[in-house]
Amino acid sequence: MAIEDDVLVVGGGLAAIAAAVGAHEQGARVRLVSHKQSTMRQASGLIDILGYTPDGDGPVVDPFDAIEELPEGHPYERVGVDAVRAGLDMFDDAAGDAYTGGHTDKNALVPTHGGAIKPTARYPQSAASGLASAGGDTLFVGFDSMIEFDAPVAADHLAATGVPYETEGVTIEFPGGLRDDAKVTRYAHLLDRNADLTVDGTDVPARTALAERVKDHVGEHERVGFPAVLGDDHPADIREELANRVGAPVFEVPMGPPSLPGLRLEDRLYEYLHEIGVRVSTGNPIVDVEPDDGRVDRVVGDHSGREVPYKAEEYILATGGLVGKGIDSDREGVYEPVFDCHVPHPADRYDWFEDGVFDDHEFARFGVPVDTGLRPLDANDEPEFENLRAAGSILGGYDFPSEKSGSGVSLATGYAAGETAGERV
Amino acid sequence: MESSTGVLVIGGGSTGTGIARDLAMRGADVTLVEQGNLTHGTTGRMHGLLHSGGRYAVSDQESAKECIQENRVLRDIASHCVEMTGGLFVQRPEDTDEYFQKKLEGCRECDIPAEVLSPEEAREIEPYLAKDIKRAIKVPDGAIDPFRLCVANAVSTENHGGRVETHAPVTDVLVEDGEVVGVKVEHETGQGKREHGKAGETEKIYADHVVNATGAWAGRIGEMAGVDVEVRPSKGVMVVMNCRQVDTVVNRCQPKGDADIVVPHETTAILGTTDEEVDDPEEYPEEQWEVDRMIDELKQLVPILDEARTIRSFWGVRPLYEPPDTGTSDPTDITRQFFLLDHDDRDDLPGMTSIVGGKFTTYRMMAETISDHVSERLGIDAECRTADVPLPGSKDETVLDDAMDRFGLRSPIARRSKQRLGNRADEVLDVDGPNPVICQCEGVTRAEIKDAVSQAGTDLNAVRIRTRASMGNCQGGFCSRAMADVLHPEYEEEIAREAYDELFQERWKGEVHALWGEQLSQAMLNYALHATTLNADSDPARLDQEVDFGAFDGGHPTDTVEGAEAGDSAVATDGGHDGD
Repeated sequence: MAIEDDVLVVGGGLAAIAAAVGAHEQGARVRLVSHKQSTMRQASGLIDILGYTPDGDGPVVDPFDAIEELPEGHPYERVGVDAVRAGLDMFDDAAGDAYTGGHTDKNALVPTHGGAIKPTARYPQSAASGLASAGGDTLFVGFDSMIEFDAPVAADHLAATGVPYETEGVTIEFPGGLRDDAKVTRYAHLLDRNADLTVDGTDVPARTALAERVKDHVGEHERVGFPAVLGDDHPADIREELANRVGAPVFEVPMGPPSLPGLRLEDRLYEYLHEIGVRVSTGNPIVDVEPDDGRVDRVVGDHSGREVPYKAEEYILATGGLVGKGIDSDREGVYEPVFDCHVPHPADRYDWFEDGVFDDHEFARFGVPVDTGLRPLDANDEPEFENLRAAGSILGGYDFPSEKSGSGVSLATGYAAGETAGERV
Repeated sequence: MESSTGVLVIGGGSTGTGIARDLAMRGADVTLVEQGNLTHGTTGRMHGLLHSGGRYAVSDQESAKECIQENRVLRDIASHCVEMTGGLFVQRPEDTDEYFQKKLEGCRECDIPAEVLSPEEAREIEPYLAKDIKRAIKVPDGAIDPFRLCVANAVSTENHGGRVETHAPVTDVLVEDGEVVGVKVEHETGQGKREHGKAGETEKIYADHVVNATGAWAGRIGEMAGVDVEVRPSKGVMVVMNCRQVDTVVNRCQPKGDADIVVPHETTAILGTTDEEVDDPEEYPEEQWEVDRMIDELKQLVPILDEARTIRSFWGVRPLYEPPDTGTSDPTDITRQFFLLDHDDRDDLPGMTSIVGGKFTTYRMMAETISDHVSERLGIDAECRTADVPLPGSKDETVLDDAMDRFGLRSPIARRSKQRLGNRADEVLDVDGPNPVICQCEGVTRAEIKDAVSQAGTDLNAVRIRTRASMGNCQGGFCSRAMADVLHPEYEEEIAREAYDELFQERWKGEVHALWGEQLSQAMLNYALHATTLNADSDPARLDQEVDFGAFDGGHPTDTVEGAEAGDSAVATDGGHDGD
């Protein structure tokens, strides 16, 4: 007996979640099946829509204007600008108070952990008082045991981007003597629990101890930025307490993997799926597909070596791009491993890349081509399956790192694919 | 500006640094100039094999005997650069018994310890050897780190009063009255350590004798002096795997051929190689078929290589030489012997000696021969001591374990640091405050990076070759930025940023030859981290772009906070709660 639902979403990242919500809102019974941890925990937690055009123009002030100009085949062109807005509305509902940015169509400029700035459309509350586009003299605080954020370097770099305010960076020792190479979650949990740390022979609560070390450096600075380690369970409380104690608003600078803002977002969105009643199965790869007359009839999951069939009316493929292994390759070519959808690519693998590390690489656009209903197309431009749609970074035809469009494409195409699939059942 | 020296050595590879050390230890006044980093040429682009001599035991017994002799010397004087892995010559069913027998006898004739192993015995040593191998010969091959070896020779040169200048290409050889009297060099960023952004300068260095130890580039220096040095550069590819599929050097036991060796090197295994003559030691094609051939041939010895992850490839150029009119057509047949060309005897041009041909394992012996020659010319009456005096870092390894405990380094980080630093570990790791790991793939701590920066300035590629930082699976994706951070505040942020960009680009150059499967996935992740998370590709600071900050989102009206007052009355920074 197969596990039966109306819509089956294969994948576990932002696009898969958006698709599950989209289908659920149409009244469909939805299941999400994911294999590995999603790549969300590697991302900074910022929700970019479009920061630069495919020609490299930018930073773009209004991403919605720029979306209207995108070439045919770009995922945003496939679904249209209204779908982008719909996907973001869904995100705003799901993320709730944890995120902001929806008060305007304009991008915000956020400092990165290297000190550059980047355009983004939605940002965690924890980053809100640190916007580079909001002004206010800024103090960055780094920890000498943590290599992900070098505060003096970031401060000098941020100044070099031309921000119209003063920046300064200071490196301190995190109180209580954490081991070198402690994980970001170690810092976060210490602050969550506000555990007593021994400082100069006295026990002091972690937040107090940290604030004490920072306080004297604050001076005239109007805000204080920390690496993104300020709590996993109680980030707002921690920021509030630190702000009170140091005498200035406190924010987090988003970082690379392992990214606490990414982890928090992932937790929040899965909580939302749970709240609305989407069924979730994790840890199970889809290993086989049973087609029937141009449709996907059933797919087979691997539950620790046992084959378990899943059956649905509509299927959504959101297994990610090259990073998440939704797109894979070998020396001979590039392929989509679950449904074996067509992935266009140059025959010679030395045409997949360019010589400059940030040049216009062909591989960055690898993915499945889709029709305007997001159905993957075969080499003859015909849908691979009548009832299969694709969403997120498995889609081809766009370069998300250069455009800063990854999260936006996932939300827009995921939600659109989910809605369409949900309507049809 | 001008200066003078006793002996000027051109070339910062194993031969050049070996000669500089040898002569400096004999009391000569030595200056070494190198156009790039130390090991910039062939030395930095080899598979890291410490020959037992077994490879030459049939075809070139003279070389084989030199190899085993120097193999023993290097184990003594450079213990922190050598890993005695042992080596196997593996016979497949299609390889002839006749050649196997010749190899075995050849080894014995050359005093190379050699033992025949059954397939079962061979697979006990290397479980991933193919099931159908016929038998193997075990020899004392090893792995050697050419980077650390050259750096140690350069440090020893300086310790004996010599001067070492990198990033100082020779632009002319000074000839006066039919005699070489020195060279003109262009210091790319001034003298001393490299520093991004520092202005260049020209220096004329006068010398009693000039040694041209530039390997594949020897013809160019010869041309500047007006003499012909007919080097025949031959390229070879090396493919770097993500881990050590083998812990022993695995050779194919056949007369000659491409793709017949796997060398376990540090955390990786290196597959080699090809042998193709090229016109120019710098401009030659790096081709897909070469990479493919390594994997397709060597998987016959070690089948798992077919599915294994490749992290990058690089090419090296052998400085092959044969006397005029020898006329060998196939570069694999050109002798691996070295040649000392005394330009006084040969070309009536006194004041300069060139050294060409030869191979890495016998670098010290070559250096000794050249140094004897130069000493004789200059009337220096001192014996060579390089075979007996250990290189910096390779003494007293036994006292290290205690030191590593003292610095709180965890295994395997401790083990790796100790292996790299030898008995310098104590001075390098003795730092105040935390010492976090910067390069996770290779286990390199901040103290080690700082130490390398003190030697290499802002050249992060020179830091890389000293420490192995950024040489693992991620190829700098996770660590190159943090490596650059170490340059600050000694160097300004902009200089650190240029150094970082240069390193990241250099890593990409080799990574492109491994872009499929896992490594293509890694490349996309690196691209996303650097372009999406850091916006390094469109950074206004890098592009010198003016941004109208006021045109963008200035924050939600209810999110913005009136600057919190000092004291307890300050308000929340973000409008309150976020779901917790």
